[in-house]
Amino acid sequence: MSFQPAKTGMTDPPRTTHPTAAPTPAVSSGLGDRRAQTRARSVTLRNLHAYYGDQHAVNGVWLEFPANEVTAIIGPSGCGKSTMVRCINRMHEEVPGARAVGTVLLDDLDIYGDGTDVVAVRRAVGMVFQKPNPFPTMSVFDNVAAGLRLTGTRGSELRDRVEHSLKAAGLWDEVHGRLAQPGIGLSGGQQQRLCIARTLAVEPEVILMDEPCSALDPVATLKIEELVAELSRRYTIVVVTHNMQQAARVADSTAFMLNGELVEHGPTGRMFTNPGDPRTEQYVTGKFG
Amino acid sequence: MEAGAISAGGGRSILERPPLARLPDRALRWGLTALAVSILVLIGFFFVRLYLESRPAFARFGLLGFSFANDWDVQGGVFGALPLLVGTLITSATALVIGVPVAVSTALYITELCPARARGTLTAMVELLAAVPSVVYGLWGFFFLVPRLRPAEQWFADHFSFLPFVGGHVAGPNYFIAGLILAIMIIPIVSAISREVIATVPADHKEAALALGATRWEMIRTAILPYSRAGISGAAMLGLGRAIGETIAVTIVIGNAPTIGKQLFDQGYTLAAVIANEFGEAASDPLHRAALIAAGLLLFVLTLFVNLVARYFVVRGERGKRAAPGTPVAAG
Amino acid sequence: MTPLAGIGARRRRSDRVARTMLAVATGLALVPLVLILFYLVKQGLGAWSPSFFTTDPSGRFLGDPGGIRSAILGTIEIVALASAIAIPAGIGVALYLVEYGRDGRFATAVRYFVDVMTGVPSIAFGLFIYITLVLATGFGGFAGWKGSLALALLMLPIVTRSAEVALTLVPESLREAALALGAPRWRVVARVVLPTALPGLVTGVLLAVARAAGETAPLLFTATIVKETTANLAAPMNSLPAQIFSDVGQAQDRLVARAWGAALTLVVMILVLTTLARLVSRRSRIA
Repeated sequence: MSFQPAKTGMTDPPRTTHPTAAPTPAVSSGLGDRRAQTRARSVTLRNLHAYYGDQHAVNGVWLEFPANEVTAIIGPSGCGKSTMVRCINRMHEEVPGARAVGTVLLDDLDIYGDGTDVVAVRRAVGMVFQKPNPFPTMSVFDNVAAGLRLTGTRGSELRDRVEHSLKAAGLWDEVHGRLAQPGIGLSGGQQQRLCIARTLAVEPEVILMDEPCSALDPVATLKIEELVAELSRRYTIVVVTHNMQQAARVADSTAFMLNGELVEHGPTGRMFTNPGDPRTEQYVTGKFG
Repeated sequence: MEAGAISAGGGRSILERPPLARLPDRALRWGLTALAVSILVLIGFFFVRLYLESRPAFARFGLLGFSFANDWDVQGGVFGALPLLVGTLITSATALVIGVPVAVSTALYITELCPARARGTLTAMVELLAAVPSVVYGLWGFFFLVPRLRPAEQWFADHFSFLPFVGGHVAGPNYFIAGLILAIMIIPIVSAISREVIATVPADHKEAALALGATRWEMIRTAILPYSRAGISGAAMLGLGRAIGETIAVTIVIGNAPTIGKQLFDQGYTLAAVIANEFGEAASDPLHRAALIAAGLLLFVLTLFVNLVARYFVVRGERGKRAAPGTPVAAG
Repeated sequence: MTPLAGIGARRRRSDRVARTMLAVATGLALVPLVLILFYLVKQGLGAWSPSFFTTDPSGRFLGDPGGIRSAILGTIEIVALASAIAIPAGIGVALYLVEYGRDGRFATAVRYFVDVMTGVPSIAFGLFIYITLVLATGFGGFAGWKGSLALALLMLPIVTRSAEVALTLVPESLREAALALGAPRWRVVARVVLPTALPGLVTGVLLAVARAAGETAPLLFTATIVKETTANLAAPMNSLPAQIFSDVGQAQDRLVARAWGAALTLVVMILVLTTLARLVSRRSRIA
């Protein structure tokens, strides 16, 4: 991995050449018609680089996440897939010494632009983490309301939005009788759906999911996967996963990363049956990773 | 870059926030930073003021003359702090000699030997020693310890007079009593830090020793003590720092005689005690006051030095662990 | 001798001797605790009476010396003001270190000097306040609030260090969750970090308050002794430790008895605080 001299701010670094991952805008996945009730916004990465100090974690990724589609990012541990996704809502820069270079667009809005506010970015691009992380001091209700209260939503509107979000996350039937109890009292799968409800409540455009099922049992995983398919009607969804079956089940298109680089990106069906790059083939057939 | 795309039409895009909304964030950040800066400023100011106010004493007697002259005579207006310095060193050394072995033993016993049920209670009891205020230690020392220990001290002085600094008449309040009280007072902190240090010894090391057929004590000697030596030294130095700076208890039980005692059971004085004791009368005498502040400065520098050494040991102990987390320790 | 017959007698003996010595040393450490508490209760209860808590010291050397009302109230007032200063400041510095400074050079320097402050003898803080606040306004400038400031200096590093530990224990994932919801940093601190760290913060604060309540040296030349109760923090004030120290120095049985009664009162107050601290920290461990 080559060390790149420090670059600050948004510059357009020289294009690195990629064998396979030229700026190919994703084409339709072929999984049927777009059932979009609400058109969300797309996300575009242009030559994205991410660093932890001297370590070059993401190396010149060009990629588009089409609106109202589910895109899966697969690759072995440490390939930079989580880091790449964390650059989209600028959580990457919360790590001391970390920085990102390149362009990330939400439709045509520059996420790293001068007039852009990091807090506003995160309201537009929500995130669900690997381990369920409900706020331990808050009740089920307050967990979902946490993001809403920031904007001053109160009273009956707050209650409606919380209920709506819990329903959208498929959790309402299980928890509506114990909204006042602590959020950490729920089971692992319920906690993760609580975290999804919390993310939905602020009505983002895009939802990033960083290995959302890796800490869950198979039944809970199935529920989340069904939820993801449901949510793609209204949101653009990016799912990082190390589980290829999961990618095959939920994603319209799939991107494969290796050593910080995007190796290949295409419709999920083709990626798993007829990949264009030998490394992708090796990975999806379980030869390494 | 598509900077123009951000605010199409002059309105605010969803990626922007009104400038006012960012204000509380900045206020918090700068407020907390200012607070942190003020700590450094305060400590700098602290040192400078102490130095400025003690200057008359140093100007009159010289730095060395003040610190190392054996003559503290309030009526005569002569201030040499050697008797105080010696008293401070004797009492805190006594405290270390008695307190550290006891404190480390309690730490070892609590972490390695005692039944799990008793662990919490024993820890709480040792920590209770830290909850007793200094002045109460002084009160107890003066009215309980001094009269009860005196016959034993006299017996010891008579029968072990071949030892250096032992023998002759035992005074009621004396260096030894002060040192003993200080030993009791430093046990909780030395024990607490030793316990923390011992708790960081990896279980593998201990199990490796036990698996080789070591007894509990051999495991402590070969796996725990070598590993935590630096940390325990640091704990002892922190205890020393406490003992040097301890004021009120010592003031009550040391006798407050501004001379260098000839033996362990003589009356004496310490830097901290002289300040507490003489400050009331010194208010009207600028030189006396400066001398007491100078004694305070001496005390400050002394504790600072001891604490820096302690910190070095504790940090080194931790660093050594981080550098070689899996280094096996030879057992047996 | 079979392989399982056991270890040699010499090794077994040295093991037993060493274990016994460690146990004996632990017992030895607890002897003074038992003696102090026993003697304190015995002497102190004798001095307690309703009027002991409801009257001020009379100032008479012979005859009725009076009670300790002004000392109790003075301690509470001085320590309350000291806490009001040191707790927000200490938690603020800890917040800076954990949320903003992190491992930066400046934060490291602050951490280092906070460490230095924990090692400064309490009497030195008293001297400092005396020099800067009492001398500057001429002699006689003793006041309760000056004693509070001296105690606040003493408490500050204790609060900061314990708060830093408590805040560091808040999982990074919670901060990330809140930030990812689009919460500004100050909201994350106020709504997530501080509530989560609360039990740890409270424990540290209570221990710092307990420590300050028992301190005598910083009060000796900043707040001094008076006889009557006052609610005026700008006036000199009585306090329990200072009262005890003054009474010990008098060779008069009734004053010494009052010192014991006051000492028992002080220890009970401190024990209540430390017990509370212990309960809070135990509850947080369960949650």
